Amino acid sequence: MSETTPVIPINARPRLPRGVRLIHNEAHGGWVLLAPERLFKADAIAAEILKRCTGDATVDSIVDELASTYSAPRERILADVSALLKGLAEKKLLELEVQ
Amino acid sequence: MTEDSGLGSNRTRDPQTAREVEAPSPPHPIGMLAELTHRCPLGCPYCSNPLALDARGSELDTQTWARVFREAAALGVLHVHLSGGEPAARRDLVEIMAAAHESGLYTNLITSAVGITTTRLAKLADAGLDHVQISIQDSEAVSADQIAHYQGAFARKKELAAAIVRLKIPLTVNAVVHRANVDRIGAMVDLAIDLRASRVEIAHVQYYGWALRNRAALMPTAEQTARAIKTVEELRERHHGKIVIDAVAPDYYARFPKPCVGGWGRRSLNVTPAGKVLPCHAAETIPGLEFWSVRDHSLADIWAMSPSFNAFRGTDWMEEPCRSCARRDIDFGGCRCQALAITGNARAADPVCHLSALHGRMASLAAAQKNAPYVYRVFELSE
Repeated sequence: MSETTPVIPINARPRLPRGVRLIHNEAHGGWVLLAPERLFKADAIAAEILKRCTGDATVDSIVDELASTYSAPRERILADVSALLKGLAEKKLLELEVQ
Repeated sequence: MTEDSGLGSNRTRDPQTAREVEAPSPPHPIGMLAELTHRCPLGCPYCSNPLALDARGSELDTQTWARVFREAAALGVLHVHLSGGEPAARRDLVEIMAAAHESGLYTNLITSAVGITTTRLAKLADAGLDHVQISIQDSEAVSADQIAHYQGAFARKKELAAAIVRLKIPLTVNAVVHRANVDRIGAMVDLAIDLRASRVEIAHVQYYGWALRNRAALMPTAEQTARAIKTVEELRERHHGKIVIDAVAPDYYARFPKPCVGGWGRRSLNVTPAGKVLPCHAAETIPGLEFWSVRDHSLADIWAMSPSFNAFRGTDWMEEPCRSCARRDIDFGGCRCQALAITGNARAADPVCHLSALHGRMASLAAAQKNAPYVYRVFELSE
């Protein structure tokens, strides 16, 4: 388990900060994360993760919910969520509230 | 996720945060530069506005901008960059902001900070402001105000930056670099961090408009440029996770051209204060192009059908060495305005490219440096 230990604390509550928005846009083929002078095309999994970054749910509970919704291995979901959130946090596009 | 550039612009991404993505086909624009006015209290000698500035009396009114924003959103535009001149020179900036936001666009305010009080900022925030980009001219006040040709601008920028951060609005600091300040890139990045910006752009001057007129006075030396590139790499490493550092390359010293505006008529469009729609801000320097206005046509028709947008769209217009080049879909032949300005032929390869027969000219133009006084950008008050 040590290799997949997330750098993002599992009790953190991720939130998209002001100026970062997930939208659905037909012209651009689906989910797009809008950010300052950047945009990211979000695939279905990324969009499901980002929709839950509201500051309410912990990383742990987001992973639980997605693992159960998609009947997917929890380790796999945890790795996806951690990678996505870490990348966004490094770009200053995510807030992580740790209690 | 895959990343795309908001304005399809000339920036090189901080490589630790960058990934490329193919444009959708047929192309939908993603960014629109809305030049709300050419009026500006500052006089930066590298201003990207044209030498012939639009007069106040010719500016589009609030309702027309609102319609343009709705048409832009319907066309697929995601980011609108409210710029100028100084957008705060528009008395109706808050109404314009609200209209942009209501149409669903992500709003980026590009400002010198002069003319935006804390009260006005709060109104802009309520109206839907998503992000602010503040320009800085240097890392310290005396030099910065001298380059901006405006006493007190530097202090004002710091005040507004603090107010923006208090409202939790993300802030980008844009630092235009040239011979007089290029040795202080580290200090400018430190300033951006102190101001709590999440992002800083180190933008080497692009030589169009007023900058082209001031080229000899602005051009950094080859040694300064090489050092600047290395400095940016080191700063990215040092500040990774703290601030994102994007850069606009010093292209006179480059071997490959920039993919100018992400390809002509492919990613972005630019609406002038008077309503002309341009594929890029310098496009009017190319003779013979016919530009359509939002006063006469819908944005969708202009994007799809206007002669200027189709003039250099795709790759059919290319000459050699671009036509058969493996990089033609990467850099799109570089910049048409620069090709024209340097070679006299807008269809030629951008001479920044080492494959251009005229590439040698870039080095000799870059070497033609002269410590002449700047020709400051001035807005003629006689309208």
